[in-house]
Amino acid sequence: MDVEIIARIQFAFTVAFHYIYPPLSIGLGLLMVIMESLFLYTKNKEYEILARFWTKIFALTFGIGVVTGIVMEFEFGTNWATYSKYVGDIFGSALAAEGIFAFALESGFLGILIFGWNRVKPWVHLVSTIGVFLGSLFSAVWIVVANSWQQTPAGYKIVGEGMHARAEITDFWEMVFNPSSVDRLTHVWIGAFLAGAFLVLSVHAFYLLKNRHVEVSKKAMKIALVVAAVFSLGQLFTGHHSAEGVAKNQPAKLAALEGHFEASAPADMYLFGWVDKEKQEVTGVKVPGGLSLLLHGDQESNVTGLNAFPEDERPSQVNAVFQFYHIMVAIGMLLIVLSLVGIWAWWRGRLFTSKWLLIAFALAVILPQIANQAGWFAAEMGRQPWVVYGLLRTSDAFSQAVSANQIVFSLVLFFIVYLILFLLFIYLLTKKIKHGPYDPKEETVRPNQKEMAHLFESKK
Amino acid sequence: METLFGLDYPTLWFLVVGGLFSGYAILDGFDFGAGAWHLFFRKEESRRIALNAIGPVWDGNEVWLVIGGGALFAGFPVMYATLFSAMYTPFMLFLVFIIFRAISIEFRSKEPMKWWRKMWDFVYSISSIVLSFLLGVVVGNVLQGLKVGPDFSYSGDSFFGFLTPFPVLVGITTLALFMTHGAIYLLLKTEGRLYAKLTRLLKGGIVFFLVAFAFASVYALVFIPHLTEVFKENPAWFLVPVLALLSIANVPRLASRRKYGYAFIFTSLSTAFMFMIVAVNLYPNLLFSTLDPEYHITIYNAAASEKTLGIMLLMAAIGTPLVITYTTIVYYTFRGKVKMDETSY
Ligand code: HDD
Ligand code: HEM
Ligand code: HEM
Repeated sequence: MDVEIIARIQFAFTVAFHYIYPPLSIGLGLLMVIMESLFLYTKNKEYEILARFWTKIFALTFGIGVVTGIVMEFEFGTNWATYSKYVGDIFGSALAAEGIFAFALESGFLGILIFGWNRVKPWVHLVSTIGVFLGSLFSAVWIVVANSWQQTPAGYKIVGEGMHARAEITDFWEMVFNPSSVDRLTHVWIGAFLAGAFLVLSVHAFYLLKNRHVEVSKKAMKIALVVAAVFSLGQLFTGHHSAEGVAKNQPAKLAALEGHFEASAPADMYLFGWVDKEKQEVTGVKVPGGLSLLLHGDQESNVTGLNAFPEDERPSQVNAVFQFYHIMVAIGMLLIVLSLVGIWAWWRGRLFTSKWLLIAFALAVILPQIANQAGWFAAEMGRQPWVVYGLLRTSDAFSQAVSANQIVFSLVLFFIVYLILFLLFIYLLTKKIKHGPYDPKEETVRPNQKEMAHLFESKK
Repeated sequence: METLFGLDYPTLWFLVVGGLFSGYAILDGFDFGAGAWHLFFRKEESRRIALNAIGPVWDGNEVWLVIGGGALFAGFPVMYATLFSAMYTPFMLFLVFIIFRAISIEFRSKEPMKWWRKMWDFVYSISSIVLSFLLGVVVGNVLQGLKVGPDFSYSGDSFFGFLTPFPVLVGITTLALFMTHGAIYLLLKTEGRLYAKLTRLLKGGIVFFLVAFAFASVYALVFIPHLTEVFKENPAWFLVPVLALLSIANVPRLASRRKYGYAFIFTSLSTAFMFMIVAVNLYPNLLFSTLDPEYHITIYNAAASEKTLGIMLLMAAIGTPLVITYTTIVYYTFRGKVKMDETSY
């Protein structure tokens, strides 16, 4: 197999795995900040119990997020050497900013967040929780900015030619606020909040179904439900903005998202369907004129199709891009329905008694995860064949020094390691959930150094 | 070319990257070192105390690697790309072991079974050893030079090309340095039986380090001529290795008087001096080409644009005090001997 394909598979695999964890950490961070603030504000012990419980789960997702993230940073150099040289000037400053401003803040306060409950004053602890949460928000900023620059480059000039060509910054802020940064960042943040909120909803719905930890679970579900309702509606809004941006800046991608081959006015929008690339047809259920309506506000306007682009400048996996995109949007709608039904049941006083609703919430945890992954796959595969849109082709971007064998070797290695990591994660997560928010001093042996010192002295 | 304090931007950024990597080696060095000794502790309590001594800080220490890597990428993209793709195998191994190390720390305490804990103890200690060694191997390769051809392309064997005698010696020396450094850190954090055991282990660590260091130095003097050139050209630089030796010599002296706080400062300083030796040898190069001096990667042909370097120097100026503040707060909160509570590992 050729190096390019395996390098792409490896990158996609490792980054998709990484992306299971940061959204959970970011989302749980938000919920922990809310729970702990409520504790300080109301002095109600139950909020503290919740905050402590979720901190433990946060520690788990965070730990895995960090190690898989280090892999990502190294992979730019190991697998995408040509790309790294090309975008180093731009990308590097974003990555350095991420390290200095985000990761340092995050892991600096992490020690206090996890180990400091009994050591610092409650407000100092809250400050640390907020510090970790802000740090995780910032981590998303810089990496998404860097990725958005790849989608919609701005604030740069190209110097050198051929092998020596590279992009140089001309305007830092223009680079940071490139046309897609803000839309995509807000969309990514909200995706993360949803991932966190639905995890909390799921676990506490499960407790309520089992009739365990009832009081704290009711409190937790209310908090998480508000977050879920606000942000699932917000996601529709930011997603719509993103789609408008894509239509403007990356028309070939938009055409692929909708499987739109011939430019047409009005353009239809599919709720779901299957794309046949050879026949250039989509079979499925459509809203006539829907795409024109969404993008331009009327049913008449023209939407560019894939055929307007040369064969080698359009994404080759049209059907995959189409499916990923539609899965995400469908889940987005489902999450809105689910959280609104939840709010309505709460208002009617039925939230905690309706078995079906609780089962739905317990299972829904998987939905934001799928939507997050599908969103990235649609965005990244839709960008192909470019690694930097319109400037650098993916086929020119990988490391010349590395052989296919090496990448296959490391791919297999990572596959095994990540499999182990994932199984351990699931195992410990279920264990923590089964164990519940209360801590009945599970550990009996707690060594006390002072006593040991004494033993040792007396032996002498 | 723009300058600040009389130094041009690439030189300044060279210093920043060097500073970050020394910071990383000093910080993660002690927790790798502590991990390398782990299997020497027999008792379950001792192992738990040793783990909790690094518990609240190891993750923050690893961030320095992330920042250092980012700084290298940002300032010298060419060096980052060439080095990382040429050193593919050691970097991939490094990643795998750093993952295993992190999981072993996180997961060990989650089950009470003996075999479970023994297994993670083993993984933790072996990965700490391998990681220290691999870091040294990469530094050794950078000092020795790689087969870099035109257009910064690497033409050596990228599978096992990294394992030659000099890098291996540097790797062993690094491991020994970290073990000494780690033992002293643990001495600061422990009491009683474990403390007594560590005083003995530390002596072994120091001897191990001195022997390894001597071998690596002699090998460099005899077989790698470009490493002695700077000192011939400008004997003033000879001060750096001399200071390094003095600082190293101070460690056993302080250790025998049980002044571990100072000893820790001196192992940290020695680590920093080692990096200064590397920096003095390299500057203004980043990577020697063993094919032709014309192909050396230097801080000038590898640098990002002046504008980017300027922006990042500003970021570093704003960020560094922040990072130092958080680090201080954390170390201050967890100062003193290890105390266990229900949040401990
Ligand atoms: C800042 C950079 C950046 C960021 C934040 C992401 N990616 Fe990405 N991605 C790339 C930079 C990149 C890349 C280096 O530019 C790749 C490698 C090859 C390519 O064409 O683009 C890529 C490829 C790539 C591919 C393969 C596409 C293909 O080859 O057809 C997938 C599926 C993903 N990414 C998925 C993700 C996911 C799930 C992410 C969420 C965390 C993510 N990416 C974030
Ligand atoms: C290819 C792209 C990416 C790279 C190179 C990367 C790099 C990293 C690195 C090096 C770490 C470890 C930091 C530490 O030591 O503390 C990390 C963790 C993290 N990353 Fe990524 N990352 C990528 C994608 C993303 C994306 C898209 C997000 C956006 C949401 C994100 C959010 C985070 C967060 C919040 C953490 C902290 C750990 C956690 O919460 O799980 N990362 N990442
Ligand atoms: C509700 C309807 C939604 C719409 C209309 C929508 C729209 C979009 C569009 C157009 C993109 C591509 C942006 C680009 O390529 O630049 C995208 C990407 C993405 N979506 Fe959505 N989305 C929706 C819901 C969701 C939900 C519910 C989630 C997660 C919980 C989600 C997570 C993501 C992610 C992680 C990406 C990749 C990052 C990015 O490119 O912004 N989306 N979305």
